[in-house]
Amino acid sequence: MSKIVGLNGDEAVAYAAKQCDVDVVAAYPITPQTIIVEKFNEFVANGEVNTEFVCVESEHSAMSASVGASLTGARVFTATASQGLALMHEILYIGSSMRCPIVMGVANRALSAPINIYADHSDMMGSRDCGWIQIYTEDAQEAYDWTIQAFKIAENKDILLPATVNLDGFMISHSTQDINMLDDEEVRKFLPPKKLEYMLDPENPITVGAGNNPEFYFELKMQQVDAMNKVPEVMRKVNNEFASVSGRKYDIIETYGIENADVGVMALGSCTGTAITVAEKLRNEEKKVGVIKPWLYRPFPSKEIISSIKNLDVLAVIDRCVSFGAPYGPLCSDVMSLLQSMDIDLKVFNIITGLGGRDITPTLLEEIFIEGLDYQKKGKIKDPVRYLGVRM
Amino acid sequence: MMSEIKFPNYKDVPLAGNIYKPGDPQYKTGDWRVYKPVIDYEKCTKCLLCWIICPEPSIDRTKDGVEINYDQCKGCGLCAAECPVKCIKMVEG
Repeated sequence: MSKIVGLNGDEAVAYAAKQCDVDVVAAYPITPQTIIVEKFNEFVANGEVNTEFVCVESEHSAMSASVGASLTGARVFTATASQGLALMHEILYIGSSMRCPIVMGVANRALSAPINIYADHSDMMGSRDCGWIQIYTEDAQEAYDWTIQAFKIAENKDILLPATVNLDGFMISHSTQDINMLDDEEVRKFLPPKKLEYMLDPENPITVGAGNNPEFYFELKMQQVDAMNKVPEVMRKVNNEFASVSGRKYDIIETYGIENADVGVMALGSCTGTAITVAEKLRNEEKKVGVIKPWLYRPFPSKEIISSIKNLDVLAVIDRCVSFGAPYGPLCSDVMSLLQSMDIDLKVFNIITGLGGRDITPTLLEEIFIEGLDYQKKGKIKDPVRYLGVRM
Repeated sequence: MMSEIKFPNYKDVPLAGNIYKPGDPQYKTGDWRVYKPVIDYEKCTKCLLCWIICPEPSIDRTKDGVEINYDQCKGCGLCAAECPVKCIKMVEG
């Protein structure tokens, strides 16, 4: 029997980690993630969990300790944001290369300077090639559900890759909503204790992380490529299993009205909920619009995106991040290269907006849809990249 | 260099490059060396300190004391520095 509890996104993620019965949490506080580790510390202090909480002096150490703990076979959870994620950067690659199925909550926040603690995807996008599975959520419920599912995907013996569950800073992390929580027992049944593929064991010593020269390094990267490519299939199975436990059905991407839409908007994170609300309103006005919301960003859900766009004339891609000097924002760059490689002729424009926590409002989203409809009518894109919501 | 040895397909390489057999010599590191340790067995007391201290380990125990594995020894010189009777000399080669 599930129950409904009022929780914000951070607390929801902390409860999910608790129910996943993690063995080790090594973390350092940083806004807007702090509540996750604070809440988890409360569980530790109250004796509600059987977890070793490692207080570290930086995120670099948090991730290093997480990798070490994971190699001993422990189920490991951590969380961070922004500068903290940036400080972890080099160890993120080590975690994925050493095939540690760590799960990390990332409360997405802008990068300094100037210092800004609000929602922005620049932090995770800066580490998008680090070999981690990357999931973006729309609200606190999704953050809770995906945290539980992330462990099951990451720990699958064909995958063994770490995963981040991204929740927009403040928009999700600090906004309280009704959360449908599963029973501890239900989670335990869905996610049994971790089965070890390999681990450090004094009785049977092995060497991990040994140096590899040009004769082997490439082969090890190829193993990671293989594992990444298997994620969608495993994810779908995990989604189905989770649906049978929770009644909530997730997938690799979610779409709204896209099957018969002329103009679509694609975005990651919290603004997708607003986009769907705006699309509903526009569809009531007979405007054929739709929304594509990738839950999974790495590996990039190419197949699912291709099948979702096949009836579209125009697609607007929203990036909550600037890739300075690049032709598009990161999400749009991925979409463009996908279209190019599949030889698909779809008119695409990129909207860069919401930086540093600036609201992505219904009005702003409506403007994007209307712009797309206008491009569709005219048959061409006027502005391939627009910075929307900035004073200029 | 790479064409001389047959290396395994990436699917047959152990996951994450883990080495499951301790001390499995994947590479002969002896040719990295500038100076090599040479033991004067006349002076050696077989205290085994060099065997303990060698980080590789490139010093093997034998029935009659110790022997340096020159295929692996990188010539770090720790054994020579720590030998209590100074019976290990570092010589070029």
